Amino acid sequence: MARPKPKVYAKFRDVQEEILRTGAAIFKDGNGVESLIIDSPYSIRYIHSYAEDSAFFLGLAEGKLLGSKCTGCGFVYATPRGHCMECGEPTKWLELPTTGRVHSWTTCQFGSEAFLKETPYNLCLVEFDGAGSLLLARLKDCTQDEIWVGMPVQAKFEPKAKYSITDVWFVPKK
Amino acid sequence: MVTGGVTKFAKAHPAMDFRLMVKKAYDAALSEIPNLTKERIDGSRISYFSDHFTRQLKAASMVQDYLGLNPKGSVRIEWGGATGGECFQAAYEAVASGRMDVCLSAGFETMSRVQTWKGNEFIALASDTNYDFPLGGFYTGYYALMVMRHIQEYLRKTRFAHVKDEREAQRLAIAEGSRIMALVSVKNHLNALHNPYAQYPKQLSVDDVLNSEMISYPLTREQICTMSDGAAVAVLCTGERAREFTDTPVEVIGVGTGTDTMRLADRPFGTVPLMPNERASDYANLDYPGVHSFRAGRAAGLEAYKMAGITDPKRELDFIELHDAYASSEIQTYEDLGLCRYGEGYSFTESGAPFLKGMKYPFKTPKAGEIPVNPSGGLIACGHPVGATGLMQGVFAFWQLQGTIATHFQDPTLQIPNAKRGAIHSHAGTGSAVTVSILQRGF
Repeated sequence: MARPKPKVYAKFRDVQEEILRTGAAIFKDGNGVESLIIDSPYSIRYIHSYAEDSAFFLGLAEGKLLGSKCTGCGFVYATPRGHCMECGEPTKWLELPTTGRVHSWTTCQFGSEAFLKETPYNLCLVEFDGAGSLLLARLKDCTQDEIWVGMPVQAKFEPKAKYSITDVWFVPKK
Repeated sequence: MVTGGVTKFAKAHPAMDFRLMVKKAYDAALSEIPNLTKERIDGSRISYFSDHFTRQLKAASMVQDYLGLNPKGSVRIEWGGATGGECFQAAYEAVASGRMDVCLSAGFETMSRVQTWKGNEFIALASDTNYDFPLGGFYTGYYALMVMRHIQEYLRKTRFAHVKDEREAQRLAIAEGSRIMALVSVKNHLNALHNPYAQYPKQLSVDDVLNSEMISYPLTREQICTMSDGAAVAVLCTGERAREFTDTPVEVIGVGTGTDTMRLADRPFGTVPLMPNERASDYANLDYPGVHSFRAGRAAGLEAYKMAGITDPKRELDFIELHDAYASSEIQTYEDLGLCRYGEGYSFTESGAPFLKGMKYPFKTPKAGEIPVNPSGGLIACGHPVGATGLMQGVFAFWQLQGTIATHFQDPTLQIPNAKRGAIHSHAGTGSAVTVSILQRGF
C-alpha cells in the first residue's frame, strides 16, 4: 500500500503544526516548488560533570555561597574558577557573604524553550563586598518597577537542592 | 576580494538546504567574473555556527562536496556570532600566508529547522552551561543586562546627574536610553527598504519600536535581530590574481580579532586600551570593560586599525557594516570602535553621524553621512543567519567600494558616494569574540 501524499501548505507555520500531528507535510512556496518536510525529534541525556566546580554546587546544597580566591595574587572571584585568569595560579575556596548589591538587571518576558514556562523572570548580576567579580542569578520577590542598580539583595537557597545554579537566588534585602 | 554573493535572507527557505543555499550564492559570485572558474579556486574556508541547527556534523564537508571542490583543501570555521567574520579572515590568512592564491570563503545557517524558542536555546548554549544557561538560557537577557549597566554608567551619571532620587534617575535614564536605541532600529529598518536581500525592511517610527513587544527589559522586539536562513560567499585572492579576474578588486588592508570572558560575571574592572586619539585622563573614573562595553571589540578594532594605518576611524572610514544583533550593541560598538569616546555613544547616535545622508528618517539627523553605520540595514533588518552574516557584511562592503550597489540592489539609494574604505565588524556571544576587517577600493 502506498502512503498517501502528505498535505500541502503554503504557510510554513501550518507545516510546523501538521508535522507534529502526522509526521510529514509538504510546503509549497511562491514559485510552486514543493518540499517534503518531516518531524525529526532529537533528545539526549548527558553525564555532566561539574569537575573542578563541584564544591560550589555542593556548597549551595548546604546553604553556602562559595567563591574562589587566587593563591598567587589574592583576587577573589564571586563566580568560582579553578585557576586565576590574571596570574594563572590555582585558587582556593572561600565563603562569600550572602548579601550583595545589584550591579545590573533585566526582566525577561521570554526565554529559551526550556524556560518559557517560567517567564517573566528577573536576572541580575550581583556584586559582593570583598569580591572582584560578579555572580549571575535570578532575582525573585520583586517586580520590574522595584528593581534598581545598587539595590541590596539577600541570597536564598533551595531546600531540596537540584545541584544547579538555580539552587541559589536573590531577593531584596529587608 | 574579487567577488561575492548572497542569498536573500529569510525566516525560512524550506526549498533549499544549506548546500543549495551556498551553491546559489557561489554561482552568483562566480557569474560576475568569466575567467574565475572552479579550477582557479585553490581551496575553501566554510563557516556555520551551530551543528544543532543542521543536525548534521561536518556540514561544511557537504558544502565542499556539493560545490565540487574536492579534493582541494578546506576547513570549517566556527566562532559563535563572529563565525562569518572569522571565516572571511581565515580566507584572508590562507592567501596572505602564501598557502593559496585563490580562496573561497562560504558561510550559511539554516535556523528555520527548529522553532524560534528552541533556536534561542541553541544560541544560549554558547553561554556557560554550569553558571549561565540554567538561569534562563536567553541571549537577549544577557544583552539587556549589559545595556542596563551601559545606561547606568553613561546616562544616569551624566544627563540625569541632577536627579536626586536614585530610583527616579535610573527610570529616566532607561527611558532615555530606550528612545535613543529606537533611533538605531528605525535607521537600520529604513535603510533596508532599499536592500532587496534584507529580511525585514520597514518604515518604523520611534514609538513603533518602543511599543513593540517587550522581550527582555529594556529591549523590545524591533531592537533585536531574528533567526534566518541564508548563505553568503566571498572570494579572496592575491593582488596578482585579482588583476587577472577584475578591474575593480577590493583590498583587505587590516584584520583584527579580540576576545573576552565567556561569562559576563568575570569581566574585569580595569583600564581602557586607548585609541590613538584618546588619553588615559579621558577615562579616569571608568572601570573597564565591566559588563557595559565590549573589550573584544576594542581589541579587534585596535589591531585592524594599526595594520591599516588608521588613527582616526571616524574620518578615515567611509562606512561600517557593524554587527547590530541588538540596537544596544550597535551603540556600545560605536564606542569600542572609536567612532566616539566611551560614554558618547548616545549623543553620537542623536547627532545623526551614523545615519545615511539624503534618507528621510522621521527625526533630525544633522550630522548624517559623517560615518554611515549599517547602510545595508544591518542584522536587525537584513537577518542573522549566523555563519553567513559576517560574509554578508563583506559582500555589501565590497559592493559599496566597487560602487556597484545600484546594480546589485537595483536601487542606487544606499550607495555611499565615492566610498573608498570601509570596515566590517562581526561579534560573538556577549562580546566574547569580535573580528574587524578593513576593506579598501583597490582600483
